[in-house]
Amino acid sequence: MGRITLEGVQKSFGPVHIIKGADLDIADGSFVVFVGPSGCGKTTLLRLIAGLEDVSDGKILIDGKNVVNVPPAKRGLSMVFQSYALYPHMSVRGNIAFGLKMAGLPKDEINRKVEAAAATLNLTPYLDRKPRELSGGQRQRVAIGRAIVREPKAFLFDEPLSNLDAALRVQMRLEVTRLQKQLGTTAIYVTHDQVEAMTMADKIVVLNGGKIEQYGSPIELYQKPANLFVAGFIGSPKMNFITGPDAAQRGAATIGVRPEHLNIVGDGQGWPGKVMVAEHLGSDTFLYVDTGAVGTLTVRCAGEKGVKPGDQIALQPDPNRVYRFDGSGNAIAA
Amino acid sequence: MATRQTQFLARALLSPAVLLLFIWMIVPLALTIYFSTLHYSLLDPGSESFVGLDNYTYFLTDPAFLASLQNTLVLVGSVLALTIGLGIPLAVLLDQPVVGRNFVRLMVIAPFFVMPTVSALVWKNLLMHPVSGLFAWIATSLGLTPIDWFTDAPLLAIIFIVAWQWLPFATLILLTALQSLDEEQKEAAEMDGASATSRFIYLTLPHLARPITVVILIETIFLLTVFAEIFVTTGGGPGLQTTNIAFLVYSQALIQFDVGSASAGGLVAVVIANIVAFFLVRIVGRNLEA
Repeated sequence: MGRITLEGVQKSFGPVHIIKGADLDIADGSFVVFVGPSGCGKTTLLRLIAGLEDVSDGKILIDGKNVVNVPPAKRGLSMVFQSYALYPHMSVRGNIAFGLKMAGLPKDEINRKVEAAAATLNLTPYLDRKPRELSGGQRQRVAIGRAIVREPKAFLFDEPLSNLDAALRVQMRLEVTRLQKQLGTTAIYVTHDQVEAMTMADKIVVLNGGKIEQYGSPIELYQKPANLFVAGFIGSPKMNFITGPDAAQRGAATIGVRPEHLNIVGDGQGWPGKVMVAEHLGSDTFLYVDTGAVGTLTVRCAGEKGVKPGDQIALQPDPNRVYRFDGSGNAIAA
Repeated sequence: MATRQTQFLARALLSPAVLLLFIWMIVPLALTIYFSTLHYSLLDPGSESFVGLDNYTYFLTDPAFLASLQNTLVLVGSVLALTIGLGIPLAVLLDQPVVGRNFVRLMVIAPFFVMPTVSALVWKNLLMHPVSGLFAWIATSLGLTPIDWFTDAPLLAIIFIVAWQWLPFATLILLTALQSLDEEQKEAAEMDGASATSRFIYLTLPHLARPITVVILIETIFLLTVFAEIFVTTGGGPGLQTTNIAFLVYSQALIQFDVGSASAGGLVAVVIANIVAFFLVRIVGRNLEA
């Protein structure tokens, strides 16, 4: 079991308020991603849950029990660090076994568990190597092995994939998701990469400036962003925001249109503009169009479009996919 | 870059420095070897004559030699044990965030800047003096008999003085190493349920293995040649109780005025230092491999 509930959790370092009151209910077995720009407090929130920092106010409940005054080791959580934090002088086996050894388990039980964990992570051939003899991805797996072997109530991941190269990151992303589903253990995962958040999460927590902006499933966040921040943060390329008469006409202070919901239309309709840059990815084409009236718009077209910089085109948003926001940036219900 | 031309240029430009260093080193060594084969007494100048290896025989069969070799090893070993044994806890303490930490660190390092003669005099006259010393005062106020350090436990007294001087060095090296211990590793161990003691044993100590090796190697080099502290306090006595190899060589040359046998002793000391270094590198040197 691993249900984690935050009630009014606050954290300040001296006069600086890092977490300004977080309420959250993480269901047992779910994969929750904390995402946000750097300095938004996502790592601090994770460390508060881990017990590596003390809360300034509020409650953290694990399976209904307030753990605010419980030391990290007793909370039954395990953590994967950004730098992996492997013990450099211990072998892979020693690293994975350390937590069990500290818990005072009998030797043969430790060995059995370590070998099972190593088998799950394809680490068996490396058990007697030192961390420095492993590649980045292997070290990452040892760090995960150290976390799973203790059979915790929840895993805490602190940007674990940020030190890997792009290809390996995609692969490890899959492995971590698969492993979490297979074990059915609650996981909290911190990242600044919204693609990681969208692909891995059951639910995403978008944090900004120490506040939870929105908590929901990836598709909810994509389809119903609660405010301008979430709308701009989720989705790549970023949503286009338009203010002024075009927004007022739709009864909003700001309207947002995702690049994939802008269509190229014939002359005389929509917003005319000049293509500044065209990025051809094969599967998609990204166009940056200077429209004058509503600023520069990003357009995502499926497949290859024969559009060159300098071309004059006209753009029209998909009328069902225009997001409307009021003056304070909150979404207006459709 | 490694063309034949640049290699030649590099060698040509380096050679004056190498040559100078070589001469600098080889001339004293050659002269010492030369003197060690002469009967050369300062009391009888002009009577130098070639005696072969007699000086070596004389030095090595001198009962003072074995006594001083033993004293040297005891001194080096005890000071190493004291500086590392006390240096680790001190470094751990100084690594804690406390008010005025920078000032405390400066104070801890201070003994290293006191020259050996001065610190030996301070210890001899202000601390260990059986009548007017601080230790004697403490002992008498507790109703005990003061210890006459340089008579009753002369080598121990020297060991304390030298350890006091080298403790800051060990502490400083170990402290800088502690500061490079990855914070996330400590937190990982904390999450793994390791107590403060376990974290120290399984994380801090292995992390300190390399700096401890460095401290042992560097301190040994200097501890084999401790001289000023002995000269100022005990003068090698009582008897031979505090004579180490360095002091024995000095007494051959400038108390007995026998330059030949002192030179032989100097070369023996070089050989001993190399033997010690060889064993040290074999025992602890593997920690230095990355």
